[in-house]
Amino acid sequence: MTPDKHTSAASDAAPATARPTLEVDRLNLSLKIDRHVVPIVTDISFSIAPGEAVALVGESGCGKSITASAILGLPPENATVTGKIVLNGRDIAGFSKNERRKLCGSEIGFIFQEPMTALHPTLTIGHQLTDTLRNNLGLSKKAAMDRAAELLDRVGIPRPRDILKGYVHELSGGMRQRVMIALAISCDPSLVIADEPTTALDVTIQAQVLDLLEDMRTEMNIAMLFITHDLEVVADFCERAVIMYAGDVVETGSSRAVVDQPVHPYTRGLLDAVPHKDGSTEKLTPIPGTVPQIGDWPKGCRFAPRCPRRSPQCELRPEVEPTKRGQVRCWHPLEETVQ
Amino acid sequence: MLRYIGKRFLLILPTIFVPLILVFLLLRLSPGDPAGMMLGDQATVDQINALRQELGLDQPIWMQFLLWLKGIFTLNLGDSIFFRKPVIEIIPSYASVTLLLTLVGLTLAIIFGVTFGLIASMNRNNPVDRGVVGWAVLGISLPEFWFALLLVFVFSVTLRWFPVAGYNPPSAGMIAFAATIFLPALALGIRQSALMTRMMRSSMLDVLNEPYITTARAQGLPEKKVIGEYAMRTASIPVVTVVGLSASYMLGGAVTIEIIFALPGLGRMLVEAVGRRDYPVVEGGVLTIALVLAMLNLLIDIIYAYLDPRIRYQ
Repeated sequence: MTPDKHTSAASDAAPATARPTLEVDRLNLSLKIDRHVVPIVTDISFSIAPGEAVALVGESGCGKSITASAILGLPPENATVTGKIVLNGRDIAGFSKNERRKLCGSEIGFIFQEPMTALHPTLTIGHQLTDTLRNNLGLSKKAAMDRAAELLDRVGIPRPRDILKGYVHELSGGMRQRVMIALAISCDPSLVIADEPTTALDVTIQAQVLDLLEDMRTEMNIAMLFITHDLEVVADFCERAVIMYAGDVVETGSSRAVVDQPVHPYTRGLLDAVPHKDGSTEKLTPIPGTVPQIGDWPKGCRFAPRCPRRSPQCELRPEVEPTKRGQVRCWHPLEETVQ
Repeated sequence: MLRYIGKRFLLILPTIFVPLILVFLLLRLSPGDPAGMMLGDQATVDQINALRQELGLDQPIWMQFLLWLKGIFTLNLGDSIFFRKPVIEIIPSYASVTLLLTLVGLTLAIIFGVTFGLIASMNRNNPVDRGVVGWAVLGISLPEFWFALLLVFVFSVTLRWFPVAGYNPPSAGMIAFAATIFLPALALGIRQSALMTRMMRSSMLDVLNEPYITTARAQGLPEKKVIGEYAMRTASIPVVTVVGLSASYMLGGAVTIEIIFALPGLGRMLVEAVGRRDYPVVEGGVLTIALVLAMLNLLIDIIYAYLDPRIRYQ
């Protein structure tokens, strides 16, 4: 793989203004299961500019979270990751485990789905926050405590000093996720990966947490990778969307375009399966079948077995083709690709 | 926290009294009469009755129990029928041996158990882990007296590193004390360390899969801190339970070890006292064990509350 030859089509779609914070180029991840090497994620490419939010969308079991873990540098023990992960101009894919660990927290923040289990149950909030601050920024105990209080105040937690002395089980769901966000942004990371940050929250709280994330992103110019299956959130919150199916990127583009005029039949299927905000009484059509067992991906086009537009051609693997607003990997896109 | 400790303290009272009532009843329901035992085959009925009256054994059972209970609160546990000495003077020397044996054995068990359990969990499913697990299964399956005899044979008889039996109190010097307590404590601790190894391993493996461990790593904390602080803190909670159980087992189950190593401990004292129908000594011994166990449970509860703040609020 030659670094100067950019075959990654996704990076073309990124705004040409600044150097992207994160560039993922042909990322592959396979798991070793019972002495078999099972490819899980194949040729994922996308990039995120500073201050930009990119959504990684797909059903459960399509490889979103494992992709995120590979970018963070904490993939499962039996995983092999190849491809380029360029963070602020440095290819970190070849870094040692220890070097990767040093980037965690300080340059890459991670927000987990379920803050109740993602925060330590028997250590105080203050303990967890100051551990991170002291380890990554070398602050003194007192300075770390002051900064932790500031951070909690910043994410909208009242009486931060008291909360620092408390435990995660004493907080409400929304508060917990705010603490999680404070933890993720505590050391001014340039990239924040949010793995379904609102899925575990009440609907009323979801909007608040999304607003908070939006504020943090614009204030601190953070590049954000937003993993979700909620296309409604994608359109409102993210500039661009990367749709994944069975370990493949099937469509990328500006999130508005992807939601309003999807090109891939899978994206169309996802949209038809959720009720519309505008209250249209159109019948919901689920995508028939389920995502194949992880790693047991079909040959050729992976979506073909569930696709209404499949043809014999779909036995072969489609290439990534540019469209008017992004790319698609499909033999029968809903809109002509640009040749 | 204080409220919690107070509540726990009240709960230990039944723990102490239920075994006392049981032992009191069982002793008096079992055949054999202390007066008859003391006076021997030649005693006349009149002599025996006179002694029974002197010992208070002619009173109804509930009266005997109340009198004895009254004695506890005035620190008067009665006189030993056999030694003709107050029980309260007899027990401390025996109790100290058993307590020290348990304490040393428990310490050894915790050190080995936690270390091996940690090593195994860090090496999941590789030969090191399998070796440790195999050793733990062996350790759990074999009885203490077998280990005791094996240790005596290897280290005392063959290598001559330790005395075969006997006891030196700590007042005789730490080295002399250690020489006589080490093998018995090890024999008593091996099974418990095997139990702790298994508990530590499985609890650590559970905790390492918890999302908050991933969070700690994702925050960039070094692996040493992630394992040593974030994982150990929660993983040690079930191990503390086992430590509590082990301690009570060791306190009560030290008899065989005390007999093999000829240690003048509480277990041996109790067995002998039961044989002599020396009621006050048996009751005093059981009271001592119940008190120690109750204190131990209180200590374990406090450690729980320290390790897991959620417990304090229940």
